[in-house]
Amino acid sequence: MIESYLRQSPLAHLALAAHGPGSGKPAGVHMAERPFPGLVNLRGPGDNANFHGAFKAAAGYDLPVEAGATAGSANTTALWLGPGEWLILDARGGPKSGPRIAESLRAALAGISAAVTDISESRACIRISGAKARAVLQKGCPLDFHPRHFAQGQCAQSVLARAAILLHMTPDETAADGPAFDVYVARSFAEYTWRWLEDAAREFGVARGER
Amino acid sequence: MLVIPCPHCGPRGEIEFSYGGQAHIARPKDPEKVSDAEWADYVFLRDNTKGVFLERWCHVHGCRRWFNVARNTVTYEILAAYDAGAKPPKLDYETQV
Repeated sequence: MIESYLRQSPLAHLALAAHGPGSGKPAGVHMAERPFPGLVNLRGPGDNANFHGAFKAAAGYDLPVEAGATAGSANTTALWLGPGEWLILDARGGPKSGPRIAESLRAALAGISAAVTDISESRACIRISGAKARAVLQKGCPLDFHPRHFAQGQCAQSVLARAAILLHMTPDETAADGPAFDVYVARSFAEYTWRWLEDAAREFGVARGER
Repeated sequence: MLVIPCPHCGPRGEIEFSYGGQAHIARPKDPEKVSDAEWADYVFLRDNTKGVFLERWCHVHGCRRWFNVARNTVTYEILAAYDAGAKPPKLDYETQV
């Protein structure tokens, strides 16, 4: 007979006890998929004033130049990915937003040595929020999550349980609700990452859906 | 885990990086004129330093940029991190090769 501590029920990997009525816990973490974000990768000469000027004329705000910084308007948000590399995103944009953003940037940056690539279909976006969201991410990510180091409106690329991720601590939740993170992960890692997060959050109680 | 100070992103965990071996290996200017031994030296032979070693790292899970690090191979202390292509900073150390 198998050792008792190794026994797993057939659906244990779905972490069903973590959520829904009967879990007996108030949800410490909310998890939801944000379907069809518009994501456009922008590369360009970060030291060229014409490039920055052309972007600002099109988007209405300056590209962030400090590590981990973001900037945005009501329409799009720009995340700093590296020197001369940004992700321009519209998390609630829907399936047509990627091409729309890419088209407007291409028109704005015509004649400037820059690359605009629509990568919307390549990533999944998992929104994880709640009082224990930090504690869950900390289990598999080497970043420093202390609010002094990783604050609202910041982003960072890192790994989560060995899957490459882009983390964006969105500014659209109040501090009282706990932090909210958008986790962007390669499409092929989406199910793995979702299940890993759900399992890591099991001890805190998980509610599905955005708050 | 080492904490490596990426020149662009700041201090991050070693798991985000990949290692690129010894830094400042110059490709021979005229490869057709060097001897086989010199070419083999350029391609294969690297220092095995006990002490401060200048090495390349790539922040593959971060900004994806290559940069150089001065690391003590005995104590794992990282003395400096600087851009790829830049000259190494002046460091006060003794190194046995």
